Amino acid sequence: MARYTAVSVALAALLTLAPAVRAADENPPLPHQQWSFDGVFGTYDRPAMQRGFQVYKQVCSACHPVNHLRFGDLAALGYTPSELKVVAATDQVTDGPNDQGQMYQRPGRPSDPIPGPFPNDQAARAANGGALPPDLSLIVNAREGGADYVFSILNGFKPPPAGFQVPPGRYYNEYFPGHLIAMPPPLSDGVVTYADGTKATVPQMAHDVATFLAWASQPNLEIRHRTGTRVFLFLIVAVGVFYAAKRKIWAVVH
Amino acid sequence: MADDRPGRGSGIIRWIDHRLPFMATLEHELHEYPTPRNLSYWWNFGSLAGIMLVVMIVTGIFLAMQYTPSAMLAFDSVERIMRDVNYGWLMRYAHANGASMFFAIVYIHIFRGLYYGSYKAPRELLWILGVIILILMIATAFMGYVLPWGQMSYWAATVITSLFSAIPLVGQSIVTFLWGGFTVGDPTLHRFYALHYFLPFVIVAVVLLHLIALHRFGSNNPLGIDMKGPQDSIPFHPYYTIKDMFGLSVFLLIYGFFIFYAPNFLGNADNYIPANPMQTPNHIVPEWYLLPYYAILRSITFSIFGIPAKLLGVVFSFGSLFMLFIVPWLDTSPVRSSRFRPIYKWVFWLLVIDVLALGWVGANPPQGIVVTVGQIATLYYYVHFLILLPVIGKLEHPRPLPTSIAAAVLGSGAPLAGASSPMEKA
Repeated sequence: MARYTAVSVALAALLTLAPAVRAADENPPLPHQQWSFDGVFGTYDRPAMQRGFQVYKQVCSACHPVNHLRFGDLAALGYTPSELKVVAATDQVTDGPNDQGQMYQRPGRPSDPIPGPFPNDQAARAANGGALPPDLSLIVNAREGGADYVFSILNGFKPPPAGFQVPPGRYYNEYFPGHLIAMPPPLSDGVVTYADGTKATVPQMAHDVATFLAWASQPNLEIRHRTGTRVFLFLIVAVGVFYAAKRKIWAVVH
Repeated sequence: MADDRPGRGSGIIRWIDHRLPFMATLEHELHEYPTPRNLSYWWNFGSLAGIMLVVMIVTGIFLAMQYTPSAMLAFDSVERIMRDVNYGWLMRYAHANGASMFFAIVYIHIFRGLYYGSYKAPRELLWILGVIILILMIATAFMGYVLPWGQMSYWAATVITSLFSAIPLVGQSIVTFLWGGFTVGDPTLHRFYALHYFLPFVIVAVVLLHLIALHRFGSNNPLGIDMKGPQDSIPFHPYYTIKDMFGLSVFLLIYGFFIFYAPNFLGNADNYIPANPMQTPNHIVPEWYLLPYYAILRSITFSIFGIPAKLLGVVFSFGSLFMLFIVPWLDTSPVRSSRFRPIYKWVFWLLVIDVLALGWVGANPPQGIVVTVGQIATLYYYVHFLILLPVIGKLEHPRPLPTSIAAAVLGSGAPLAGASSPMEKA
């Protein structure tokens, strides 16, 4: 029996160790936040997502696109179709060519991708001191630590330690690899005013926008969790049935 | 259904069977097929691997219906599958995590073969076909990992294909040929997609050969001794079909956990960043199942007899796989099962630890202690196969083998019935 245990432990170690050691870095460990979408029954907190979208819209979207989102996707935040039309129409979208062969601007529709702040990467770099603000619609998937990373970066702006040289156009961030980030601290207390009366502190806004961005990266998380519950209920019954059948069939052999 | 003879069933089935013995073959290979009565749960992993191959092909075909293999569109088409295709997220997560599950199963299957000497006569070709399957799987998985065209896809493709540049004289030309250009790019992605679709069907063909070779002499077993008569065996169906079904349901819980609750745990976050030829990721790491080979590759940091380190690394890395082909002849012990091999049974576990250590080395940046551990583990891997395996077989005094499977399982003088017509007794 000891051998079996040894093998299972070894296998588990192999499976868990490989990604874990990858994350090793000189940065401090990311403080873990409580997320509504954690755990096997986790769902997205709708009011937090709406507040997070407001933070994205009023702050982040000045530099960062959400390439993989359409206005219509925001229905998942709890907006009604008529509200979505209003949200979409606040943005101007390039369409065309029309009958005269001209591209033209028109108000956005729910089926349109949410337009980014810059027409191309070169324009984005030119406006940001050579740095390219990354797409945020996959940021939670694309960083080790996910939502914890987003939250930590937004809260990680500190005065640099003594002797640490920060060149112009760069900012010291405790959690950014190498500590020099091109993004100025984007949040300050009260930079947005929440309609639901929630106090807009930096940690609150960071938590809200990280929730929104977690949804943007994995819009199917809730249906995935729900499907998982059903699959597991089925499989647990199946394991029992097959085990009983195996015992019964093998009874004559032992 | 008590009549076990071929040709049973309705008139139509008998008519067909007379011309195309389909049902009779199934009957022969599944129902009558004598299987050692003492197989442990370690013998579940062969059929599990077969099932995973089918799962990978099915999910892969559905993904192929939505995926676009062009450098401009590949990344976005994968995101479209994840967001807009009905149950696309399920297909992709099942496929991506399925690769990890497939490898975990196959590695357990291989180590089981090493522990119980399943490669020894008369099963050498069965083993060799298995090694061919492993090599085909590695090639298929590598090319599949390139298809999402994320940062790690792109740079893994660059690093691995560049290995061929270590070949003297023609290396660089081979690399250009593989890429279809002067860097990894659109032609590379297209051909990898075509091959990633094609190779699994080659694997299916080799798996069929693997099964034909298996059914020639039947399964090895934990005692490593041959079946000597009907008292040693039971029919594959229903005994091992139900045991495999139970094992499958337990496995699906683990597989399901990754798909539904930790779908990106085994992946790399960098692969959600679109491929960028201008920016190299900090650490380029392959998927976990390729880490030991990667560790060996990087462990050769010195040249020998003027052969450059890079070429040696490639030779030793590929060699660690190709060496498996000659394992049946490296092992000189007449005894199959490690249960009766007092020294080798410990040496086997040292090999397991060695391979895990190589995995750890492969996952970490090659600095300091990591390099040393990698070099020792690489050396030990080769010492195990080239020195310990032949020498221990000669020196070791194996414990006495049981006279038969039935005698060992049931105690001597046990009744022999119960095997030939199980359903009536059950």
